[in-house]
Amino acid sequence: MADIISEYEDMLPPKIIEGIRNNIPKGISDTKLKKIMEAVHLEYKNARVTPGEAVGLIAAESIGEPGTQMTLNTFHFAGVAEMNVTLGLPRIIEILDGRKELDNPMMEIYLKKPYASGKNINDLKNLALQIKETKLRDIATEFTINIADFTIDVKLDREKMKALELTNGKVIDAISKQIKGHNIKDNKESLTLKARSKEDTFNDAYKTKEKIKAVTIKGIKGVSQVLPVKREDEFIIITAGSNLADVLQLEEVDAYRTTTNNIFEIEQVLGIEAARQAIINEIFKVIESQGLNVDVRHIMLVADTMCVSGTLKGITRYGVVSEKSSVLARASFETPIKHIINAALVGEVDNLNSVVENVMVNQPVPIGTGLPSLTVKPAKEKEK
Amino acid sequence: MAEEKEEQKQELEDVKQAIEGKEGKTERIEEEQYVYKQVRSIAFSVLSPKMIRKMASAKIVTPELYDKEGYPVDGGLMDIRLGVIDPGLRCKTCGSKLKECIGHFGYIELARPIIHVKFVNIILTLVKCTCRECGRILIPDNKLPKIKELLDTVEKESGVEERRQKVKEVIAGLKTVSKCPNCKAKQKKISMEKPTTFLEDEKRLSPIEIRARLEKIPDADCEIFGLKVPHVRPEWMVLTILPIPPVTMRPSITLESGERSEDDLTHKMGDIVRINQRLFENINAGAPEIIVEDLWDLLQYHVTTFFDNNIAQLPPARHRSGQPLKTLTERIKSKEGRIRHNLAGKRTNFSARTVISPDPMLELFEVGVPFAIANKLTVPERVNEWNIQYLKKFVENGPEKYPGANYIIRPDGKKKKITEETKEASLEELQPGYIVERHLMDGDVAVFNRQPSLHRMSMMCHRVKVLPGKTLRLNPAVCTPYNADFDGDEMNLHIPQTEEARAESEILMEVQTQLISLRYGLSIIGCTQDAISGNYSLTKDNSIKREDAIDLLSAVGITDFSGLPRKSVVTGKEIFSMLLPDDFNYSGHSRLCDRSKDRCDKETHVVIENGRLVSGVMDRNSLGEESGLMLRNIHQKYGKDHSIDMLGKIFRLGIEYLFRAGFTSALSDTDLPEQARLKIKEDLDNAKNNVDKLIAQFREGSLEAFPGKTLQETLELRILEVLNKARNETGKVVANYADKRTHTMVMAESGARGNLLNLAQMAACVGQQAMRGKRIEKGFERRTLSHFRKADLSPEARGFITNGFKNGLTPAEFFFGSMTGRDSLMDTALRTPKSGYLYRRLANAMQDLKVEYDNTVRDASKKIIQFDYGEDGIDVSKSENGFINVSRVIETV
Repeated sequence: MADIISEYEDMLPPKIIEGIRNNIPKGISDTKLKKIMEAVHLEYKNARVTPGEAVGLIAAESIGEPGTQMTLNTFHFAGVAEMNVTLGLPRIIEILDGRKELDNPMMEIYLKKPYASGKNINDLKNLALQIKETKLRDIATEFTINIADFTIDVKLDREKMKALELTNGKVIDAISKQIKGHNIKDNKESLTLKARSKEDTFNDAYKTKEKIKAVTIKGIKGVSQVLPVKREDEFIIITAGSNLADVLQLEEVDAYRTTTNNIFEIEQVLGIEAARQAIINEIFKVIESQGLNVDVRHIMLVADTMCVSGTLKGITRYGVVSEKSSVLARASFETPIKHIINAALVGEVDNLNSVVENVMVNQPVPIGTGLPSLTVKPAKEKEK
Repeated sequence: MAEEKEEQKQELEDVKQAIEGKEGKTERIEEEQYVYKQVRSIAFSVLSPKMIRKMASAKIVTPELYDKEGYPVDGGLMDIRLGVIDPGLRCKTCGSKLKECIGHFGYIELARPIIHVKFVNIILTLVKCTCRECGRILIPDNKLPKIKELLDTVEKESGVEERRQKVKEVIAGLKTVSKCPNCKAKQKKISMEKPTTFLEDEKRLSPIEIRARLEKIPDADCEIFGLKVPHVRPEWMVLTILPIPPVTMRPSITLESGERSEDDLTHKMGDIVRINQRLFENINAGAPEIIVEDLWDLLQYHVTTFFDNNIAQLPPARHRSGQPLKTLTERIKSKEGRIRHNLAGKRTNFSARTVISPDPMLELFEVGVPFAIANKLTVPERVNEWNIQYLKKFVENGPEKYPGANYIIRPDGKKKKITEETKEASLEELQPGYIVERHLMDGDVAVFNRQPSLHRMSMMCHRVKVLPGKTLRLNPAVCTPYNADFDGDEMNLHIPQTEEARAESEILMEVQTQLISLRYGLSIIGCTQDAISGNYSLTKDNSIKREDAIDLLSAVGITDFSGLPRKSVVTGKEIFSMLLPDDFNYSGHSRLCDRSKDRCDKETHVVIENGRLVSGVMDRNSLGEESGLMLRNIHQKYGKDHSIDMLGKIFRLGIEYLFRAGFTSALSDTDLPEQARLKIKEDLDNAKNNVDKLIAQFREGSLEAFPGKTLQETLELRILEVLNKARNETGKVVANYADKRTHTMVMAESGARGNLLNLAQMAACVGQQAMRGKRIEKGFERRTLSHFRKADLSPEARGFITNGFKNGLTPAEFFFGSMTGRDSLMDTALRTPKSGYLYRRLANAMQDLKVEYDNTVRDASKKIIQFDYGEDGIDVSKSENGFINVSRVIETV
């Protein structure tokens, strides 16, 4: 039996083979199985795309058309905690733009065994706090500038520091690492910063004061909120703010499943193939949440066009469109003048390979039925 | 800018000529009607002064346009050597008449060189990065190869502009800015004052000097900047001679008063010529330097605005009325510009547009066309020996009487209008080889479209059915793909005029071929609204007298009643089964199925065995668009023509049944028994009490905050939870107590229109009005409306609507309802342009991806995007919701 199925392994996609394996009744005869395989194979052949099909435009239509039906709102997490999630059209636009900065970056951190089970809630909470970024302003009660000698006093909140297991030494270390050129004095309840250079003015002191407020003391930079959540059988940590590279460094984290919604970050950390899959997952998530039905194949094609070059390119005039080979195709999108001028300077030649250029010169487009390039030479009319 | 545009045209001509030349040598084509020419490529480059002179057919020397007789002045901007725009005149260059002559370029000799605005940035880079003495690039020769390599990779990755940027960076990094590595000359600091002034150490560099420096740059060094020499020389970017576009691209219009109104471009060029002449005169007369400089600057301004009238630092040139002139850049740019409006967008004749209205008696693939339109739209038919009698009838009827003909076309291409007077003559004349443009008739092919055309299903091919009336008519089942309704929507109709176009429309665009959506692989055309209610009522425990059943079926279009059981009373399911093919088997869920259970109830589960509906009801899950596999399976098994025929019949069966049974929704549909009303009141009161308790706790401070939330946020969340629960409770009460036989319930249950929530909102309680996921907070200071106390957190003060629509809303409740209503209106209004732009970007980026013969997906430059489309090569529109249904195949084997 297995032989007959494996015979078809090269001819049918693995998903269909699996489907057959799961669906055939037990103890089926070889001849019947052969028949089934034949029938499936025929069905598969009939369902294949025809060469020349404008799959790109179909994909664009399939995502663009339901776009009109999506909501514009950003929603909040239903239930206990409120965390902003960009959904609907704005999220799709965000993904397809290939933006580096998201409106609401988010991570889902999966944990390794002892943490994931959630038996020890305190461990989990501590881990969450480890991840959450603590800035100096979170543990300080007051920032003052001494006008006489331009020093900055930072009053620390003992209780909060205790909860976060911080000591003055750790805080000083963190500040001196991130802000250079200052001496820090430890006065137990407070810290005093003094600039090493003597030319510092009040303005400089003020600027440093503002700067040190945002110094990361503890945790992972960029993660502003953490929330342990039970998902199915295990506990995961959802964060607002994203920093994949640093989170994956943590020992407790299950690096195989931890993700972020920032595709650019995924590309940087995990590579372009991971980014492609992330685009597919993210777009699919949005479309599903809106109750729309769009086939993955369309989304795949969009993700592939964004990723073919090896780096993440947005569907914008700076991204995918700027990579086109045809001058006229680029010019017909946005900033036509710029494209035509640059084309003239390099002496570019447009070979009229794609759709718009041919529309412009009133010729059949090389797609679908316009693809076969047969010409008929009319026979000379016979003379009487 | 003009240059590129013109160049483009010029090249186009060149290519055409080249191909023509080639063809000409091998074979002259006998019949002139057909031209077997193809544009293979279009090259871009910058016009050299030599080229400008070469392609010009007139030198323009005077700003005057016409003489006293109104005849174009020689050497003026409307010189007839540049083409003709007046009827009766002949072009002096090519000798052809109006419309035949495509126009010819002219030129102006500029008194002093002028900088081309569109090139200032490149000129700046060039002047900055080359030696002021020897013209060499400021990079030592020994480092050049390495740097070139670096630049090539930069260009490959991010384009030419980045390359130029990089050249600057490299030179800054080499610290050779102050001394030329080749001739050791000292360099000065060059800066630019926008838009067109160059400074060297704060001293102004005249365009003459700039041009002199650009001339010195050797060809090899140009390449480093990404300038390909035969196509462009740096000095060409400083104009010494300006091409004048042909008059045909800037025609003047004659106003009703007989006055001539010139095109914006002509105005602008008039300014240029005038100032240029004055500058010449002043230079020749030896005028003081200041005057010459001033005129020079003015000329620079005019030439600059001639190219682009939207330069940030310059005031735009205006008409006397104050409206800015539309010059070259504005002509090309943006949605209304040449490229997107005229080149990428085409317009057609043989089209019609009116309001649409529904007609379920039409077949799905038909379109009802009013006589008024059928009399104007025509189909060309070539006369031959066999159809001459048939076509003569149309000519005989003339243009007024339907079906007639409007034109006949002689074999030499002359078009002749048929009128009541010329009818006889035309009839006489008609012989094989002529073409008759006859009126539109039943069965003709037409392409029907509704904007916005977001889909390929927004433009489908229908068969014409000429009908009385004034509107275009379509079967309501095809509303979904067009996204049409009948609240005043208009649609367009196009009549293909050639055999090829007709064949292509029929094979690729006909409604039958578009049944399965290519977005998700299910039927996109299905029953809607009344058709669903009707089939639902019919198939749900319904029996009808045999005579009535036959009446019903014959109204649908069934003529063979042998399949109907020989009983005096037949069930609705049996009637419905009459439409199904005899060997059709299907099993699926209806909307009433409880899918959480492994097996559905026998009553609700849809089972079709050998073309007989054994159990279950027909509702939206089976008949509707975008859902259920029933229609998909029928299409799979019996093909498009059968399924569209069946769909039409099912649709008609639904509404015909409703015609006979009667169907309406009444106010009494929302009536609830006393008991239910009390229950609802109790639920709502409970909820209110709970909220009050929560508020009291909050005020006391005994409310416990959720982790990571403030107390206030926690309170809001808890209140929302309580209120939503209350509304759901009332919904359940309504669902339990409402009369299942009411037509409102039938519609909700069948999925035809509305849902239980809508009914609950009418009968019991509208519920919480939410904005941005929160209760309504905005309005007055700390309160929503002035008739509440400040800081009132109670449900009714924050947008909870206790009443149902039937009871009527209080003024405050109505106001809250309007707030959310307005919010959602705004949402739609803001969403449309956003999603439109997204769609445009997607379409533009992906329009040339196609499946090649080797099954890979590639773009226009043959770069592989996917090795196999969608990883398995399955066409979504040929799949069942994206899959191949293996289990169905196994069953059928």
